[in-house]
Amino acid sequence: MAILVFVEVAEGKIRKSSLEAVCYAQAMGDSVTAIVLGPADAAEVKSLGNYGAKKVLHAADPKLEKPIIQVYTSVLTKAMEDEKADILVLANSSLGTPVAAKVAIKTGASFAANVVELPNTSAGFVVKRSIYTGKAFSLVELKNAKKVIAIKKNAAEAKETGGAAEVVNYSVTLSDADFNTTILSSEKATGDILLPEAEIVVSGGRGLKGPEHWAILEDLAKTLHAATGCSKPVSDMGWRPHHEHVGQTGVKVAPQLYIAIGISGAIQHLAGVNSSKCIVVINKDADAPFFKAADYGIVGDAFDVVPKLTAAIKAANG
Amino acid sequence: MKILVCISHVPDTTSKINFVDNNTKFDSSGVQFIIGPYDDYALARAIEIKEATPGTTVTVLNVGLADTEPTIRKALAIGADDAIRVNAEPTDSFFVATQIAEHAKGYELVLMGRESIDYNSGVVHAMVGEMLGLPSASPVMKLDIDGTKVKMTIEIEGGKEEVEANLPLVAGCQEPIAEWKIPNMRGIMSARTKPLKVVEPKATEATTLLQKFELPPPKGAVQMISSDNVAELVTKLKNEAKVL
Ligand SMILES: Cc1cc2nc3c(=O)[nH]c(=O)nc-3n(C[C@H](O)[C@H](O)[C@H](O)COP(=O)(O)OP(=O)(O)OC[C@H]3O[C@@H](n4cnc5c(N)ncnc54)[C@H](O)[C@@H]3O)c2cc1C
Ligand SMILES: Nc1ncnc2c1ncn2[C@@H]1O[C@H](COP(=O)(O)O)[C@@H](O)[C@H]1O
Repeated sequence: MAILVFVEVAEGKIRKSSLEAVCYAQAMGDSVTAIVLGPADAAEVKSLGNYGAKKVLHAADPKLEKPIIQVYTSVLTKAMEDEKADILVLANSSLGTPVAAKVAIKTGASFAANVVELPNTSAGFVVKRSIYTGKAFSLVELKNAKKVIAIKKNAAEAKETGGAAEVVNYSVTLSDADFNTTILSSEKATGDILLPEAEIVVSGGRGLKGPEHWAILEDLAKTLHAATGCSKPVSDMGWRPHHEHVGQTGVKVAPQLYIAIGISGAIQHLAGVNSSKCIVVINKDADAPFFKAADYGIVGDAFDVVPKLTAAIKAANG
Repeated sequence: MKILVCISHVPDTTSKINFVDNNTKFDSSGVQFIIGPYDDYALARAIEIKEATPGTTVTVLNVGLADTEPTIRKALAIGADDAIRVNAEPTDSFFVATQIAEHAKGYELVLMGRESIDYNSGVVHAMVGEMLGLPSASPVMKLDIDGTKVKMTIEIEGGKEEVEANLPLVAGCQEPIAEWKIPNMRGIMSARTKPLKVVEPKATEATTLLQKFELPPPKGAVQMISSDNVAELVTKLKNEAKVL
């Protein structure tokens, strides 16, 4: 069974979530081919071998630099055919998920998104999906011979295997009709740690009282190499950008550590953080519901506790 | 212009999720059902466009059994003109997309939510787009129509994109595309007599099969740490939780 993995590149670097996708495919125990679309650094492309890809197709065509969903769909469909791949694996993302769904339609594949662990192939091909915004899982059999799987963060660990890949320049024929949307401009926080991929997230709520108080939170985040998040009212009021809003109607995060500061812990907020490995809550109200969902809690004023925490981490790191 | 808004009928965001029949069925006892919160944004934007563009009609579509009708009536009360219910259990994204694609031909704009809050796949819009050969975009935070052109702001990881496409188009919506609308008394009264057509589903071969549901393991008790002893938290995060 040959597996194709779509690998996303951002700012010239391979996305960590895509490394997880390559490792996921490798752990399925089959021959893994990765595909990179658009210009990318040669050493980065080659490094996919170190995560388990045997072969990497690189379509460096500059027309692929801006990710047009329909164009990527056609290229991946063709690549599955060329590689005789039965399975396409990729990481859930604003680009990857719709592309995966479209490839599934084009190839007649069974499809599942938000897959959280390796498939169980002891009887059929069964994947476990996260549903109800992390409040439950479903076990779903993918019945068709072809399968497309979009994985959630932490479905596999991005582990170096020490392997090497053969890199092949993959030439593509693009159809004008596929350029059915035009990206006029994009505005992207550069250099920051992306919230959906972050291992540590420091998140603030209405308890911080105003955007001018975010400095203590950013200091903590910087010390921890963490991404920053917020509750919905905070982004609604424009204290923080919309893409930082965590929860049911925002970003779902799955970090090792989630630190919630001045957030009450409404069920809709918890829905976005319940895949975190460890949750720390700092709130001045001992009855805040968030403590019930936490691993560690500190009752106290954020303006007092957060700077002390930052200092304690700095001290511990020497 | 003709707009189709696809709405899911889902448990309220505060619902406790439980399963029955050996974990093969959702336990709907005591659960309040709502229009999917993202689908509510799609509906609100459709109504805004209708109000600003004379001659626009808004049809809502749901794939669901008869128990979804109160949710569909609510969408009519908010301002949709008529409704279609495809009389079938929405078993998976592919099935739902197949049914929507059957009815979406002839609409210039097909609006959906960015994702349903039960299946959470965020893919039905992409699938419908692929089935009908139309462009699709999601999650759309702003959508303006100018003639046959549509300008959109789309959220991407860590930022946003300005995107342009031509009608007809399929879009998955999220805030702040429009303000949620609350039905008024006149809306509720008129919704009762607005047309709600029930159609039987198109036969399709299932591509996935649900085996069972699972709940996450229960969370252990919280350890409280004094605000005077923040260093202890750091030690525990390092040595006990091993996350630093
Ligand atoms: C359909 C729907 C979807 C929603 N989706 C989301 C979502 O995706 N994400 C989301 O976050 N919300 C969502 N909400 C809103 C949610 O219900 C809550 O209103 C919101 O999460 C509350 O935000 P908050 O905790 O920042 O504010 P509050 O509830 O006001 O809590 C502020 C907290 O700060 C504490 N505090 C105050 N001062 C201090 C201080 N000096 N130091 C320490 N602590 C302090 C208070 O004790 C309190 O617990 C949704 C709601 C609905 C109806
Ligand atoms: N049963 C349904 N009936 C009508 N529309 C639906 C249904 N399920 C999902 N949708 C639409 O498809 C969008 C994406 O759903 P999903 O791909 O399941 O996350 C939702 O926000 C709805 O607009």
